Amino acid sequence: MATGRLVEVYLDLLSQPCRAVHILLTCTKIPHRVRTMALRKGEHRTLDFTKLNPMQKVPVMVDDGFVLTESDAILKYLATKYDVPEHWYPRQPERRARVDEYTAWHHTNTRPMGFCDGSAPARLNRALSDLDDTLDKLESMFLRRQPFLCGDDITVADLLAACELTQPLGGGRDVLKERPQLQRWRSRVQSAVGEAFDKAHGVLYALRDRRRARL
Amino acid sequence: MALELYLDLFSQPCRSVYIFAKKNNISFDFKKLSLLDGEQYGEDFGKISLIRKAPALRDGDFCLAESIAIMLYLAEKFKTPDFWYPADLQQRARVNEYLSWQHTAIRMHGSKIFWLRVRSPSLIFLMIPKVMGVEVPEDKMNAALDDLNSSLKLVEEKFLQDRPFIAGDQISLADLVAIVEIMQPVGAGLDVFEGRPKLSAWRDRVQEAIGKELFDEAHQYILGAQESVKTMDSNKMQFFKPKILRLFM
Repeated sequence: MATGRLVEVYLDLLSQPCRAVHILLTCTKIPHRVRTMALRKGEHRTLDFTKLNPMQKVPVMVDDGFVLTESDAILKYLATKYDVPEHWYPRQPERRARVDEYTAWHHTNTRPMGFCDGSAPARLNRALSDLDDTLDKLESMFLRRQPFLCGDDITVADLLAACELTQPLGGGRDVLKERPQLQRWRSRVQSAVGEAFDKAHGVLYALRDRRRARL
Repeated sequence: MALELYLDLFSQPCRSVYIFAKKNNISFDFKKLSLLDGEQYGEDFGKISLIRKAPALRDGDFCLAESIAIMLYLAEKFKTPDFWYPADLQQRARVNEYLSWQHTAIRMHGSKIFWLRVRSPSLIFLMIPKVMGVEVPEDKMNAALDDLNSSLKLVEEKFLQDRPFIAGDQISLADLVAIVEIMQPVGAGLDVFEGRPKLSAWRDRVQEAIGKELFDEAHQYILGAQESVKTMDSNKMQFFKPKILRLFM
């Protein structure tokens, strides 16, 4: 069977970093196989999955026996190993540095914004109170007058950020509601990746719609 | 114009950049930034880094924040030895994996302990009481210690396993970033290496690979923190109050 050569990814599409990985794979047509995980069912705590990833987190990538965690490491690995357009993770040092700068900053700035979805009530207040400041910085430090966060072209940084900022939709909140500049950026990201965006977000949109229907 | 690095050796990410640059004989202008004095909020520094954090790099017109981005940039520009950030795809991925994970694990937990507790041999001085004038609730301290212990366990069991260094046989940026973070609670008087022979052995290897002199030089400020705290002007540190409240209390 050829599947031995396909890169495998363990993803729960309700998770922001999983969506970013999914979009890159779909968009760049890297042959892959998705192993769907449902965190809400505790599938990350099974013995088998724990053997694969003792940290019990997603996404996880397995490439011919090589196991890798952490979405930014996975995105950079895929963008380097496979023949994808260079803009995803540029080779020119200064342009690459901009992406590395964003992916580092993302962890403690944009990533916590996902909690604006209300999934962890203890974290909601802090996330909401930090939201404006984080969005301000995204606009003034990264986006500025550029089409994308790190320059003229979309990069893996935009995928990480965009997927994080869609997360609150699951809790009925559009955090970019009052931010036309970021909304335009989000549209550009959606255009750049085409149907891969909606494909990755299907589960999240369904969650949002079910929530609306209940209200 | 020479390469400029804006650093405060009180800060872990500044130490890793400092050690990396010095070890690789990269010549730079050391621009000392005193975070405790609030120098990162000055107008001049704002022109270099809108993020207003250290470390920051200025290379001609090019300004860069985030220690990891800075070290990757320097590694590429100055063609440092391969082991720091291996060209081999899988080894590089291992390094990236650690560098990514540590932001919200060891980095956060080590910092918390430092802020919650700076202890002199005879008395318990707490950084927070110094700044805030309040004691740290014991449950917060215990929770912070638990988090740190979990992180250290993961470093040993997942990132090191039976390898001499995180990415394999040689030191890399992952080990450098790890060691400076783990030294932070040590600066607060908490010997995290005690009772952890595997971690201690790794620390010894890392110190040797970096060179004891450079390692000690980079850490003298933080290891003297317990003493410095005694003489610190708590009024100067009042602007840290909101940050501490948010992060730790």
